[in-house]
Amino acid sequence: MSIWGFGKKKDAAPAPAKTAEPADMLGRLWSGLAKSSAKLTDDVTGVFLKKTLDQSTLDDLEERLIRADMGPQAAAKIVGLMREDRFNKEIDDAGIREALADAVATVMAPRERPLDLTDGPRPRVVLVVGVNGSGKTTTIGKLCYLLSKSGAKVVVGAADTFRAAAIEQLGVWAERSGATFVARGQGADAAGVAFEAVQKGKDIGADVVLVDTAGRLQNRAELMGELDKILRAIRKVDDDAPHETLLVLDATVGQNALSQTEAFRTTANVTGLVMTKLDGTAKGGVLVAIAERHALPIHFIGVGESADDLQPFNARNYARALAGVRDKP
Amino acid sequence: MFDALTDRLTGVFDRLTGRGALSEADVDAALREVRVALLEADVALPVVKDFIAKVRTDAVGEAVIRSVTPGQMIVKLVHDALVDTLGGDDPTAGLRIDGEPPNVIMMAGLQGSGKTTTSGKLGLRLKTFDKKRVLLASLDVRRPAAMEQLAILGKNIGVDVLPIVAGQQPADITRRALQAAKLGGHDVLILDTAGRTSIDEQMMAEAAEIAAIAKPGEVLLVADSLTGQDAVETAKRFHERLPLTGLVLTRADGDGRGGAALSMRAVTGLPIKFLGTSEKPDGIEVFDARRVAGRILGQGDIVSLVERAAQTVDRDDAEKLAKKLQKGQFGLDDLEKQLGQMLALGGLKGMMGMLPGVGKIKKQMEGANLDDAQVRRQIAVIRSMTKAEREKPDVLNASRRRRIAKGAGVDVAEVNRLLKMHRNMADMVKSMGKGKMPGALAAMAGQQGGGGMRMPSPDQMKAMQAQMTQGGGLPGLPGGLPGLPGGLPGLPTKKKD
Repeated sequence: MSIWGFGKKKDAAPAPAKTAEPADMLGRLWSGLAKSSAKLTDDVTGVFLKKTLDQSTLDDLEERLIRADMGPQAAAKIVGLMREDRFNKEIDDAGIREALADAVATVMAPRERPLDLTDGPRPRVVLVVGVNGSGKTTTIGKLCYLLSKSGAKVVVGAADTFRAAAIEQLGVWAERSGATFVARGQGADAAGVAFEAVQKGKDIGADVVLVDTAGRLQNRAELMGELDKILRAIRKVDDDAPHETLLVLDATVGQNALSQTEAFRTTANVTGLVMTKLDGTAKGGVLVAIAERHALPIHFIGVGESADDLQPFNARNYARALAGVRDKP
Repeated sequence: MFDALTDRLTGVFDRLTGRGALSEADVDAALREVRVALLEADVALPVVKDFIAKVRTDAVGEAVIRSVTPGQMIVKLVHDALVDTLGGDDPTAGLRIDGEPPNVIMMAGLQGSGKTTTSGKLGLRLKTFDKKRVLLASLDVRRPAAMEQLAILGKNIGVDVLPIVAGQQPADITRRALQAAKLGGHDVLILDTAGRTSIDEQMMAEAAEIAAIAKPGEVLLVADSLTGQDAVETAKRFHERLPLTGLVLTRADGDGRGGAALSMRAVTGLPIKFLGTSEKPDGIEVFDARRVAGRILGQGDIVSLVERAAQTVDRDDAEKLAKKLQKGQFGLDDLEKQLGQMLALGGLKGMMGMLPGVGKIKKQMEGANLDDAQVRRQIAVIRSMTKAEREKPDVLNASRRRRIAKGAGVDVAEVNRLLKMHRNMADMVKSMGKGKMPGALAAMAGQQGGGGMRMPSPDQMKAMQAQMTQGGGLPGLPGGLPGLPGGLPGLPTKKKD
C-alpha cells in the first residue's frame, strides 16, 4: 500500500507493485545507510575487544560518537543510557552494537512520524526551507514525484527565484511527475510565486501544493525576513497554511545543524525535518542531538539522487544502521 | 562563521589574562576549554588532539610561566598555532593561471557544496582583477538544470560559457571545452563538475578521468564551512583520487564555527585559497590565515575592513566629507551617506565582526535589535524629508514629522530618534571642528565605552543599549563604533554606479 494514502482515492485495489515495497525500501536504506555507517562500524570493531562494558570502553565509544557528529551533549546522553543498562556487564562486540542501537533508537523513536498529507482540507500546503545547498529543490522534486506517482494531484511552486536555474531544475522534476508547475522568472518576488502556487492549488482542486524557497543562512536577518513575507503571502490564501514546513538538513553539516533547526523553527515555524545526503561518508549523527533537543518529527532521509532514495524515517533502522548492527538474513 | 568559536575562546582567555603567575594546572584548564570549544566548533577530533598537544608543549615552557603576562602569552601561542594550522603564510596561495593557455581550473566536491556558484565567482574575479579571458564549462550531466545554472551565471557576470550539447558525457565535454578555449583564445578554463560523494566509485573514477584529460593546473575541492567531522574523511578521499591543489570554503558568512577550515587544512596539507562570503557573484575572498586566526580569537580583522572600504569608497566624496567635518558641519545628507556606506561595507554585523574586540558585544547588539533593517529605515526617514528640511532640521515641527513618518512607513518616534541621533553627532562634529577634538573624544569615551579602541564594559554596554532603545539611535555614530570614522577618515560614500 502506498505510504501516502492517496492511491486509495483513485484505485481501491492497491497497486501490485507496491507489495514489494517494504522489503525493497529496507534494502535501499541499507545500501545507503550501511555505507554511511561503515566508518563507525569499523571503529566499533576496532575498539571493542574487551569483554566488559567498562569506563574506558564507554569513553572510547563517546569519542567515536562525537566523530559521528553527534556532538558532546548527545554523545554523553547515549553513553549514559548504555551505562545504565549494562555497565560492567559482560558484552561482546555485537552486543555493544545492539546496545548502542537500542540507546539511539530510544532517543529517536518519538521523532519517527510519517508525513501525513491526507488529513484535513485540501490542498495541503508544504513549504520547504533550509540553508543553501542542503538539498531543498531535489527533495521537493522527489516528493513531487512520489506524491504524483501515488495518485495525488500536485502543484509545485518555484519560489526559489534567487539561484540561477533553480526554477529550471524544479521544472524538470515537475514534468517528470506530471505535476502543475507555477513559476515566474529568476529575480521575481518569491512571496508572489508562493501566493500564486497556493491559489492555483485551490483553483484546480489539488491535493498538495509544494513550495520551494531559496537557500538562506539562518544568521542572515534580511533573508529570514523574506521567509516571513512568503509565509504571510501564503496565509492570504489559506489562514492555516502552510500545513507543513519542512526544514531540509544536510548530513555533512556538523553541529551547525542545531543552530539551523533553532533559527528556522523560530522564524518559519518548522513542523518537520528531512535529512539529506546520508549516502555519503557523513554519519549525520547531529540528527540524534536534534532529536534530543527538539520535539520535531523527522519525516524523511535522503540516501541517493533518485526519487526512491527519499525514504520515510524509521528510528529503529536508522539506529541499527548507525550502530552497524546487521540483521541476520 | 568564526564568531561562535571566538566567543568561546574569548571567555576562556578573559579569565586567564586577568592573572599574574600561571601554573601548569592553569594551562591545562584553559586548554581543556579550548578542546571542548574546538570540538563543538566541528574541528575533527584527531586535529583537535594535535592542536592541543602542540600548544601545550609551548605553553608549559619557562617563557610562559615566567613571563609578566602569561595569559597573553597563551593567547599568542594559540593564535600562532591557529595561523600555523590554517596554513600560515602559504606561498602557494595564489592560483596557477599564468601557464600556456588555456590554464584549467577544475572544481570538485560533494553535492550542494557550492561548486557552480563558486565557479561563477572565480570567473568574475579572474575577469575583473586578473584581466583574464575566462571560459566556464559545466560537466554536470546529473543534476537537472545544473548546466543551465552555470549558463545563466555566466551571462549575468559577462563570462563566456561553453554551449550546452545535450546528451554529451563529461569526458567528451571536457575535450570540447579544451578545444573551445584554445580556439576562443581563453586564458583560463574553469571546469565545474557534478557533485559526488567520495564513496561513489563510478563518479570518483569519472572525476579522475576528467582530471587526466584536462590536466588542470588547479584542482580545487569546494567544501561547506559548516561541514562537521566528515570534513576530514571527505578531504582525504578526494585528495586520494584527484590531484587537488587547494580548498575553497563556502558559506563562510554563516554562523558555523569554521572547524572544517582547520580540519581540512590539517589533514590534506592543502592551502585554503578562497572563502565564499555571500550568495552574490562577488562574494569571494582570498583566504588569509592570519586574519582568520585573528577573527577566531576576537582580535578583529581591520585589514579586511579597510580593504572592503577601499573597494566601495569614492575618494572624492570622502575628501569632500572630511573637509565638511573639519569645518564642523554634519548635515542629514551626510548622515544618510554614512548609513548607506555602512550597509555597503557589509552592514552592521559584517563590520562589527571585523572590528577588534567587538565579538563580545555583538550578541548584545543583536539583542538590542540593531540590525541592518533599522539602518535602512533610518535612511528612508532621511529620504522622506525635503531638501530644505535636510539642510535645516530645525524647521521640523510636529506636522512635518508626521508627514515624514508616513512617507518612510515608520512611527513618529523613530523620526524623533533619528533627529536626536543626528543632533548629537552634529554637536560632536561641531566641537571637533572648533579644535576641541581631544576633549570631545574623551567625553565620548566616557559616555560610551572604555575610550578609544577599547571595549565597552558590560555595564557601559547596558547603558548603551538603554540609550539605543530609549531613543539614542545608533549610539554616537560615527564616533560610537571604535575607529569610525576616526580610523577611516570620513567614512565616505559608495562609488556611484
